[in-house]
Amino acid sequence: MFVAWRDLRSARGRFVLIGSVVALITLLVGFLAGLTGGLATQDVSAVLGLPGDRLVLQQPVDGKPSFSESSIDTSTVAAWRDTGGVDEVTPVGIAQGRATAEGRATAPRSSSAVAVALFGVPHGAPRSMTTDLAPTTDETVGLSSGAAADLHVGVGDRVTITGTTYRVATVGGDAWYSHTPVVALSPDAWAQADRRLGGDGTATVLAVSGTPDWAAAAARTHTAAASPLMSLPALQTFTSEVGSLGLMIVMLFGVSALVVGAFFTVWTMQRSADIAVLKALGASDASLVRDALGQALVVLVVGIGVGIGLVTVLGALAGGALPFLLSPLTTVLPATVMVVLGLAGAAVALRTVTRADPLTALGSNR
Amino acid sequence: MIRLDDVTLTYPDGDSRTTAVDHVSLSAPDGVVTGITGPSGSGKSSLLAVAATLIRPDSGHVWIDDVDAATLTRNEATALRRNEIGIVFQQSNLVPALTAREQLLVMAELGGDGHRRRAAVHRRAEELLDAVGLAQHARKRPAQLSGGQRQRVAIARALVNEPSVLLVDEPTSALDQERGAAIMALIAQLTHEQCTATLLVTHDLGHRGTLDGLVTLVDGGITDVAHPPAALLEATGAR
Repeated sequence: MFVAWRDLRSARGRFVLIGSVVALITLLVGFLAGLTGGLATQDVSAVLGLPGDRLVLQQPVDGKPSFSESSIDTSTVAAWRDTGGVDEVTPVGIAQGRATAEGRATAPRSSSAVAVALFGVPHGAPRSMTTDLAPTTDETVGLSSGAAADLHVGVGDRVTITGTTYRVATVGGDAWYSHTPVVALSPDAWAQADRRLGGDGTATVLAVSGTPDWAAAAARTHTAAASPLMSLPALQTFTSEVGSLGLMIVMLFGVSALVVGAFFTVWTMQRSADIAVLKALGASDASLVRDALGQALVVLVVGIGVGIGLVTVLGALAGGALPFLLSPLTTVLPATVMVVLGLAGAAVALRTVTRADPLTALGSNR
Repeated sequence: MIRLDDVTLTYPDGDSRTTAVDHVSLSAPDGVVTGITGPSGSGKSSLLAVAATLIRPDSGHVWIDDVDAATLTRNEATALRRNEIGIVFQQSNLVPALTAREQLLVMAELGGDGHRRRAAVHRRAEELLDAVGLAQHARKRPAQLSGGQRQRVAIARALVNEPSVLLVDEPTSALDQERGAAIMALIAQLTHEQCTATLLVTHDLGHRGTLDGLVTLVDGGITDVAHPPAALLEATGAR
């Protein structure tokens, strides 16, 4: 790194320029990753918060399982409960609806309806973020923190859902489904609400624990069983959002590798005469390669570090207004990928280093 | 000491090959500046490239101390250059990003074993910069130095690893007469002080007074050896 550090000092302007470009690309990648994470959280956190090893959805005759289309009747629930190796089956109903806060001091905007996800969750189900919201009676509801905030209500307040008023029994975790905060009802209350909304009142999904023959049980019951993570594609909004934003992130990764690779290729070509001289003086290829990659690593780490720093600050500021997830998954992971891809881009320039002919340092007088 | 035994070097030239060095034998003893002169295309720089292990001869041996450089692998030759051979180029060929002092210090870092060499090279760099009269310019970069000063830095750089052999390629070609004479005197002085075996390619015979011996090449072969030291006389077979 002897020459690399001094190159960085000597050609400060050029390296600040490429470092700024890397920082800006990192800012874009980090912001997109944060937004993607935030949107995904608001889309699926309640699904991921369900208990169980697998989530079971109705398998349509044509096409793929879907949370919005799935309907699991009581006979299917019973069939899963009777399956060998199954320890626990929790039927959960999911529907989209609207909720209105009833006039209380803590509900200043009581007349405005708020879009919510209605989850029918049995009391006593295995504990999880979503099932912890389950009310104990048909006359009470459990609100996720987002629903309580949107409705401006707290425990003891009343909310109206599809014409029925419920008392808020609990306010719990940050559970979201399809960008709407979760309101948990008892299974009976949920079935009634679902029928008023045009549904059939049957469960949407089963959260199943145990070690059955998943494929055989699913085939026998005309259902599809997948881990909570693998069942997310059954949420159409998740696939389209994460897919399009993910594609943009992947393209930015490619752009960053190309930009870094192009810069270091041109930079190395510009100093190929110096490299030839150093080789003539006895520099090994290994030491020159270490120098070149070390230089690229410094530029990448500084540029990406600045970019991630900006993402963290802006993400924290924007977190209140945007669905933005600030976590290692949206900062450290993309930063690491960018460092690796940037080094891969810079590695293209190493060909110039290893192929530089020390004989050229002697001039053309031979 | 560097000794070339019956060295021949050819280059591809269309369908045939051109002989650049033709069965040359010579020996440059320690503490002696041996000049190599000749007309353009006579093979001077080719001979220097072979001596510097930058190119492998078609036949013959290049002995540097007890090592036959003509048989070394590329990596072994690189290590030999780093440890035993100092090279001064026609142009100073200094690295633009490095100060005069750093041009010398970089020589400790070339093999990835800088931690072992660093202290010795740092100490010697100060001595050599002082010896070439540039101690007060140690923090200047090449762009801030004159042509003569740059060539002095290049000479100091070539000697910082205490090589047994110093190879110098037309060191005065980019300098005026006065600065050229000063550089030649400096090379002779350091060769004698450091006891290196110096081979110096030149076509400027105005400085021949600073040489201890002079070999003339024509068409790749030795045609004349002037006021040679005994070892050189013996190696070339001249009388």
